[in-house]
Amino acid sequence: MATFTTATEAPQVDRTPVGQRDTERDLPTQPDPVMACDDVSIYYGDFRAVTRVSMTFGRNEITALIGPSGCGKSTLLRSLNRMNDLVDGARVAGHVTYHGKNIYDRDVDPIEVRRRIGMVFQKPNPFPKSIYDNIAYGPRAIGMKVSNLDDLVEECLTRAALWDEVKDKLKQSAYGLSGGQQQRLCIARTLAVEPEVILMDEPCSALDPIATARIEDLMAELRRDYTIIIVTHNMQQAARVADRTAFFTALADEGTGNRTGLLVEYDLTSNIFRAPKDKRTEDYISGRFG
Amino acid sequence: MTTTAPSSTSTATRLRTARHGNRSLASVVFLVALWFALAFSVLCLTVLLVDAFLDGMTRLDANLFTRYTSRIQPEAAGARAAILGSAMVIALTALLAIPLGVAAGVYLEEFADPRRWYNKLIEVNLTNLAAVPAIVYGMLTAGLALAIDLPRRVVLSGAIALALLILPVIIIATREAMRAVPREIRDGSLALGATPLQTVWRQTLPSAIPGIATGAILALSRALGEAAPLLLLGGLVFVTYDPNGLMSGFTTLPIQIFNWAQQPQEEFRQAASAAIIVMLVLLLAMNAVAILIRNRYQKRW
Amino acid sequence: MSLSGSSSGSTSTTAPSGGPSNRTSPRRGVPPDGFDPAKALRRNQHRYGERVSFVLLAGSAGLTVAVTIGIFLSLLFPAIDFFREVDVLDFLGGDRWAPTFADASFGVLPLITGTLWTTALGLAIAVPFGLGAAVFLSEYAGERTRKVLKPVLELLAGIPSVVYGYFALYFVAPNILRDVLHIGVGTFSVLAAGLVLGIMIIPTVASLSEDALSAVPQALRQGSYALGSNKMRTTLRVVFPAAISGITASIVLALSRAVGETMIVALAAGTRARVVSSPTMEGQTMTGFIAQTATGESSPGTLGYNTLFAVGLLLFAITLGFNLVAAAVVRRYREAY
Repeated sequence: MATFTTATEAPQVDRTPVGQRDTERDLPTQPDPVMACDDVSIYYGDFRAVTRVSMTFGRNEITALIGPSGCGKSTLLRSLNRMNDLVDGARVAGHVTYHGKNIYDRDVDPIEVRRRIGMVFQKPNPFPKSIYDNIAYGPRAIGMKVSNLDDLVEECLTRAALWDEVKDKLKQSAYGLSGGQQQRLCIARTLAVEPEVILMDEPCSALDPIATARIEDLMAELRRDYTIIIVTHNMQQAARVADRTAFFTALADEGTGNRTGLLVEYDLTSNIFRAPKDKRTEDYISGRFG
Repeated sequence: MTTTAPSSTSTATRLRTARHGNRSLASVVFLVALWFALAFSVLCLTVLLVDAFLDGMTRLDANLFTRYTSRIQPEAAGARAAILGSAMVIALTALLAIPLGVAAGVYLEEFADPRRWYNKLIEVNLTNLAAVPAIVYGMLTAGLALAIDLPRRVVLSGAIALALLILPVIIIATREAMRAVPREIRDGSLALGATPLQTVWRQTLPSAIPGIATGAILALSRALGEAAPLLLLGGLVFVTYDPNGLMSGFTTLPIQIFNWAQQPQEEFRQAASAAIIVMLVLLLAMNAVAILIRNRYQKRW
Repeated sequence: MSLSGSSSGSTSTTAPSGGPSNRTSPRRGVPPDGFDPAKALRRNQHRYGERVSFVLLAGSAGLTVAVTIGIFLSLLFPAIDFFREVDVLDFLGGDRWAPTFADASFGVLPLITGTLWTTALGLAIAVPFGLGAAVFLSEYAGERTRKVLKPVLELLAGIPSVVYGYFALYFVAPNILRDVLHIGVGTFSVLAAGLVLGIMIIPTVASLSEDALSAVPQALRQGSYALGSNKMRTTLRVVFPAAISGITASIVLALSRAVGETMIVALAAGTRARVVSSPTMEGQTMTGFIAQTATGESSPGTLGYNTLFAVGLLLFAITLGFNLVAAAVVRRYREAY
């Protein structure tokens, strides 16, 4: 049972043992799919970065993608909202579906895809504008009808657990914030365009442990309203926050020596960490490889 | 003890010689030669500036700014028409070259897929264009003027010639400034559902403006000093009226200097140096502004 | 107990007191009833502005190609007219250039020898001094020295060529060559023009070579030092060879600039077109001829006017050749690291 009652200022992470949380969360065996990959391979030119991944991402769940570097987990993440369209030569084979609709269909507008499937990046990347304008940027850009922008800014900052820290300096540059605050600002900015899914690409790798804890807290909070897919190189983080975890590995091509990413195992986080079915997962989890 | 002592001194000696490797005669001569190479440039610059200043000082008076050039009164010849002409042509050059150059730079840096043959062609062409001799741009403008029935000796023709000349410079400066904006800013904007054009217009371009401004000012200062392409427009050397429009005849400072420097009279030579001082001061001011913008507004990411 | 309950202690400042239901906006996570993903994601906006802007931007970039084509055509057509009246071989092989004489002759060799002399003299100055400056700035100078000296080079590059022309004609020829060095030059000479041309292109050689030298990985230098080489040896045997293609490119580009430079030679080299056999002679270059004839009265369509463009075409072809070589060399050295 979770019994955190500390009233300290310092942020707390839910460190309830994974298994317990899972039972509490009472997750279905099969995720209720918001997004899914169906036989997805991703190429850069002739080089295949990710090979034949099929998996589903459940509604109001946090799905973690873990694995050694070079296993294509970030590449896969970026294909989920067509951010890799912007990389010259990138190509996706197979289907990435959002509510059953393949987002790579010809009649799909990548702009609409990115609006509904937001993204938070590895390095906090606030715009060189005021805190307020950082939040207002998205709604303005997509021409969202907002009755009161001030309220929206407050709402988003509040939900990103940043409002109290910045409410007196909304007009100041976002660059004056600490790294952790900047990352929460980026999350708040993403919320402002009302996405359904939030992709996070190693969102804490540039942050210190305290800032990391706050982001993890925030993710747990956001899960109630959003579907979150997170790439992390930190296994403990996956174990702490994720409902389901997918383990990827890098496989070297015998001919060319190019490494391609492969999905090894995808299951409830508790199963991945306590009872992995695949030997490679077990080796990685126990630190024998990676 | 007795056995280690000599060996340690010899090591010390060897270390000292090794350190002196950079002080051998050859090394010193080499370093002095390098120093001299650089000092030579500094020396040339100094001599050139001092020489122009000494020659032109006596003529640096109000006449220079208020009077027109004169065949019969070389001692009172002024550069009024040239100064006004330069100002007008450069302003028009900026109007023509900056929007075009920035647009082309934005396209190449933000939208062009470098694997397409036509974009490759534009790239290769751009590097060549940047190294085409200035005088060839004059020939292009002369040909163009003939083709579209535009008079050659007017402000508009001059501005077209100079704008074409500095277009590659502005494109390259724009691209460098855009490239300096981190990829994360673009990604952040696109991930929020902004279109690529919105991303350029609201994020990348505003962040690149200091760099573009610096490059544009430097390009314009090059246009200000350039005479060769304007020579091809014919005449332009004896203008005794203010330019008053796009279709007005004109001359510019470098053309006036060229013309005066060719005259046999000592007075014209002095007038040329005085005009050189004026032009160099203008160039220096433009460069100073460019450096100021670069230092003050350039973002550090 | 739910997860939100477990973390309420820590996020009490952020989590609104009520559940998700009592918030009205923004819409969160769950799509509204009757959500049709195919419709939602469809390209429903035509984004005309986007397309028009894209065409304008691409058009601006395409214009640069049009400029090159324009240059080529504007040189080609008058040149074709010229070669209708003058045999190509007489033009390229003839050693008498007298386009305005009664017995007009159009042998371009005198102009080419003039250009060769000024260019060779210019490179003789610019290459050693430019490379020396580049090596010093890249390998020896401290941060502060660089900060002072690089702007000097930039300033040197920013001075208009007409000013250099004046400098060659009224200072270098009379004061340096005649008075100090006692060289018998007249008012005009390819020597004075070439030397000053060299000063003008020092920054071209220096800055591009310095880029190439600075791009040599530090590990190469450290490897050399580790073997006991001193700084000079490291510079000459390791750094310089590693940067050689970048340095070559800088020299080829300087060459192209020297060939195309107009104002210095128009002022200081002279206007008498004859085969130049000694640097102290007066001579006319290709660009010098174009500048001189253009300022005179020649109207389009005449042979005199077309002559300009025939010479211009030759000049363009030569510099284009150099530029392509330089670009090819640069591409190779970019690949090296």
